[in-house]
Amino acid sequence: MKFVDEYRDAGLVNSIASEIKKITTRQWNIMEICGGQTHSIVRYGLDELLPREITLIHGPGCPVCVTPLELIDRAIVIASLPGIIMTSYGDMLRVPGSSSDLLRVKASGGDVRMVYSPLDVLQIAEHNPGKQVVFFAVGFETTAPANAMIVTEARRRNLTNVSVLSAHVLVPPAIEAILSARDASVNAFLAAGHVCTVMGYTEYEPLAEKYNVPIVVTGFEPADILQGILMAVKELESGSHRVLNQYARAVTREGNLPAQRLIREVYQVVDRKWRGIGTIPSSGLDLNDNYAEFDAAKRFRVDTILASESEKCLAGKVLQGLIKPSSCPAFGTECSPDHPLGAPMVSSEGACAAYYRFRKSESHV
Amino acid sequence: MNMCLAVPGQIVSIDDSNPEMRMAKVNFAGVEKDICIQWLPDIMVGDYILAHVGVALNKIDEEEALETLRLFKELDNFNQADEIR
Repeated sequence: MKFVDEYRDAGLVNSIASEIKKITTRQWNIMEICGGQTHSIVRYGLDELLPREITLIHGPGCPVCVTPLELIDRAIVIASLPGIIMTSYGDMLRVPGSSSDLLRVKASGGDVRMVYSPLDVLQIAEHNPGKQVVFFAVGFETTAPANAMIVTEARRRNLTNVSVLSAHVLVPPAIEAILSARDASVNAFLAAGHVCTVMGYTEYEPLAEKYNVPIVVTGFEPADILQGILMAVKELESGSHRVLNQYARAVTREGNLPAQRLIREVYQVVDRKWRGIGTIPSSGLDLNDNYAEFDAAKRFRVDTILASESEKCLAGKVLQGLIKPSSCPAFGTECSPDHPLGAPMVSSEGACAAYYRFRKSESHV
Repeated sequence: MNMCLAVPGQIVSIDDSNPEMRMAKVNFAGVEKDICIQWLPDIMVGDYILAHVGVALNKIDEEEALETLRLFKELDNFNQADEIR
């Protein structure tokens, strides 16, 4: 496929890796933010091509994984009500809440449907005027504007049977939380390419400046990721900390302005609890007052449901990059994709699922 | 489904009949899908876009794509020359 295959060429990947080896003189910790990138790294063994001095730390960039337990519990409560059609993207349906998950609600007679696009949700609402259609909205800035179209279109089409339970999260506040932690050890970041396709990268410039860390906007194919690492190492080795753009074919500095306008029109920035990490200030998006009538948490009065997390699952440490998935005692034993204890084992972007799929046989990674 | 990923595809035809929800047929490696192109006012048939959850996020800049590949290639030649030395 054009714009994919050429970035998977093994010869190219190896020459970028040897260039990284050539210029690396010190220990550097580089965090890739996005779970899609983690998946590529583990799948293609890119970390194994790097010199010993470079450690890749997998970041919290899986929106499904960081959705807090209580939001999942709220979705489950709503989905169990009569007359409801609960919709969400695939992985969200399997993430365990405190005592159930959405697919179990479906198995016991609930109407829970997987959708591929916000447009599917509108269609379901139009075809089911007697039902309340709820969309469990997860995602970073990449997905927030597309999901926003549900409420702008619902208003335009006079659909009153649609509402949204928002679990949206934002990347820059998470980077800031990681950098300002007392035991912060990340020297450079690979920023998530598709988040920046929408948002551009001006938000990252003050972070790079304040914390002296280079941030490289990076794509998802093997050659993209290694080139992003090469650019980050060059910055680190020369004592520089700029924001650079490896993914120029899809990202401009200012991003997609109509999509950003839609985010501002529909959402307000709120404090958000991240599963396994805790509350990060100004790190989430909820519907704003102008669209409050479409807020499912208010419509179905579930906004008081709270939950605390399981002690057995070390997802929080994995999501903060403090341990690798395979270091968790439950990994591959009590916890597997078929019987997940935590979200990173469920999501196709989750670090635990990636290690389970591609590195299960290794006892230590 | 992988939520963060956006997939490159080529615009086959554009349907402008609803100005609030402009749509396009997009070819993804042989599979055609309907994709919303509302945020890309200047997009044309033949352009490549990145699509995510049924919506086109951006046009892929072919010149930048070729430039990235050219840089890769340069590195490749450089390393080969290095090995010969």
